[in-house]
Amino acid sequence: MSKMDNSRRLFIGAGAAATAGLVIAPGVTLLDLAHARPADEAASSAKRWGMLIDSSKCATGCNDCVAACGKENGVASTGHPETDPQWIRKVELKEIKTGTSHSLPMMCQHCAEPPCVDVCPTGASFKRADGIVLVDRHICIGCRYCMMACPYKARSFVHEEHEDQNPDVPRGKGCVESCTLCVHRIDRDQQPACVESCKEGAMLFGDLNDPNSEISKRIATYATTQVRADLGLNTGVRYQGI
Amino acid sequence: MNFEAFRKIENSVFYALLGVFGLIAAAGMGAAYYMESHGHVVTGMTNQIVWGMPHVFAIFLIVAASGVLNLASLGSVFGIKVYKVRGMLSGLLAIAMLAGGLTVLMLDLGRNDRLIVAMTHLNLTSVFALNVFLYTGFFSIVAVYIWTMMDRKMHDYSKYVGFAAFIWRLALTTGTGAIFAFLVARQAYGTALLPPMFIIMSFSFGLAVFLLVQTAMYRWNNRQLDPTIQRRLKNLLAVFVAAVLYFTLVYHMTNLYFAKQSAFERFILLDGGIYTTLFWVGQILLGSLLPLAILFHPEMGKKCNWVIVASLLVIFGGFAQLYVLLIGGQAFPLSIFPGYEVSSSFFDGRINPYSPSLPEFLLGFGGIAVAALITTVAVRVLPFLPDDSVLHGETAGE
Repeated sequence: MSKMDNSRRLFIGAGAAATAGLVIAPGVTLLDLAHARPADEAASSAKRWGMLIDSSKCATGCNDCVAACGKENGVASTGHPETDPQWIRKVELKEIKTGTSHSLPMMCQHCAEPPCVDVCPTGASFKRADGIVLVDRHICIGCRYCMMACPYKARSFVHEEHEDQNPDVPRGKGCVESCTLCVHRIDRDQQPACVESCKEGAMLFGDLNDPNSEISKRIATYATTQVRADLGLNTGVRYQGI
Repeated sequence: MNFEAFRKIENSVFYALLGVFGLIAAAGMGAAYYMESHGHVVTGMTNQIVWGMPHVFAIFLIVAASGVLNLASLGSVFGIKVYKVRGMLSGLLAIAMLAGGLTVLMLDLGRNDRLIVAMTHLNLTSVFALNVFLYTGFFSIVAVYIWTMMDRKMHDYSKYVGFAAFIWRLALTTGTGAIFAFLVARQAYGTALLPPMFIIMSFSFGLAVFLLVQTAMYRWNNRQLDPTIQRRLKNLLAVFVAAVLYFTLVYHMTNLYFAKQSAFERFILLDGGIYTTLFWVGQILLGSLLPLAILFHPEMGKKCNWVIVASLLVIFGGFAQLYVLLIGGQAFPLSIFPGYEVSSSFFDGRINPYSPSLPEFLLGFGGIAVAALITTVAVRVLPFLPDDSVLHGETAGE
C-alpha cells in the first residue's frame, strides 16, 4: 500500500515538474536569448546605445541604409524634395586640399548633450535614459526651434499629410521628426534597420557603456571621430575613416 | 485732455480704419487656416529654411514692441515730461505690437492647435519657454503701468511700475535676441552680441513706429506737434539708428576676424545675391545712412514729413536687417564637415533657396493689422493720445 502510494506520489511530482519545466523554460530561454526589456520596464541609463560607421567600407552610390530606413519607418518621397523629411541621408565628402573622397550615412547623432533637447520649449524633444534622442509627437507644437539648433541637419518637419504609415512609427503633419535609432526594434532586441541592411558591414550598433561590446572594443582600439567634436556634444554615433 | 475733440473728428476715420485693418487681419487668419489645413508645403519654407517670412514679421513686431515702450520709460524712469505724456500711447503700442507679433508666431506653428500644450509643458532650459513668462509678464506689467499713468489716484506708483517695466522690456528683448544667441549650429548666430544688438534694434524700430503712429493720430485730430518735441524725438531716433549701425559693424568685424567665419561673411557681404543687396542697399543705405542724412539735415530734419520718411526708412531697414539675419543665416549651409566639400540629397553644402509665398506675407501683414486694430479700438475708448497742453508754461524737456 505504502509502496504504491509512494510511486504515485513520485509520478505526480515528476509530472508536475515536467509540466512546469515545459511551460516556463521556453520563456526563460527566450528571455535569456533575447535580453529583451519587458514592456513595462523603463529604459535604463546602464546602457547607452550608439553606432560606429566605417566610412572606408561605405560605397558611393550605395543607398541600402537609406532605403531600409524609409521602408522601416514609412518615410517616403512625396515628390517635393525640399520639404520631404529625410531621417538618414548619404553624404559625399571631398577634402578640399587633397581631393580625397568619402561617402557616409548621416542621421541624428544621438548626442549626450543634445541642443535640440535644450531648446525645445515643451520638452517634446527628449533623451531617453539609454541615450536615444526622440520627439514626443503628443507635445511637439511644430515650432522648429530644434531644427534651428541641430548642428547635423538631422531633423525634418512634416510639411504635409502622409499615408501608409508603419503602426510602430506614427508620424504627423506639423510635427518635427528624426532618426529614432529604430527604438521600436531596439526594444524588441533587434538592430536598427539601416545597420541590418548594410551588406558591407560598415555600420556597427551596440552598447557604448558595455566595455565588452563589439562597438566599445572597436572604439577603444581604432581612432574614431565625432562629427563637430568641437561642439562637445558627445555623440552616440561615431565615424571611422574620416 | 482733448479726448472729446479726438473722438468726434475720428468718427468717420475710425470705422474706415476698423474696416481696412479688419480686412487685412481676416486675410491673415485665412492664410493661417490655409497653411494649417494643407501643411507648410504650401509656403516657401522648407526643411532647409525652417523659419521664414512670418518669423521676420513676428520678430520685428516683438522687438519693436519693447522698443516702443521706451518713450514711457524715458518719462517715468528718467522723469522727462515730454515723454511722460506719451507714456500711455507708448504702453498701448507695446501691448498691441507684442500681441500682433505673438499672433503671427503662434499661427505659424506646425500644431497651432496645441497652444495650450505650449503653455502647460515648459522646458525651462529653452529660451522659448522662458519667453512665455517674459511675454505674459510684459503684458501684465505694461497694463498696470498704463493704469498708473491713466488713473490720477495711481500716479504715485507710476515711477516704480515704470521702472519694473523698463527692466522687464530689457529682459524681454534679451530673451528674443537669445533665441538666436543660443544656437551653436549656424554661423550667423551663436554670439552673445545678439541680445544687446536686439535691444538697440528695438530702441530704433520702436521709436520709428511710435513717430509714425503719433503723426497719424495728430493729423486725424488736425493737431500740430510741437517743433521742440519733434526735434528731440528725431534726434533720439538718429542716435538709435547710429547705434544699430555700430552693432552691425562690430558683428561683421568680429566675424571677419575668425577664419572659420570668412565664407559666411563673404556670402552676406559680397556674393549672397538678395541677402547682399538687402544688407547694403536695404539695411545700410536706405535703412541707416539715408535716414541719418535726413534727420541731421538742417532743413529736412525740421520738417515733419521728412521725419516720417526717415521713420519709414528705418522700419524698412529693420525688416531688411531681420530678413538677412533670419533667412540669410539659414540660407548659408551648415558647416557639418569643415574642410570638406559636401553634397547630399538633403541639400548639404548648398546655398538654400527661399521664395516667400503669399500666405506667409498675408500672415505677417495680418499680425501688423492685429496690432493696428488693438491700437485703433483702444484710442477710441480711452484717452491714449498725448496731450501736450499739460506742458504749457513749462520747458518741454525739463
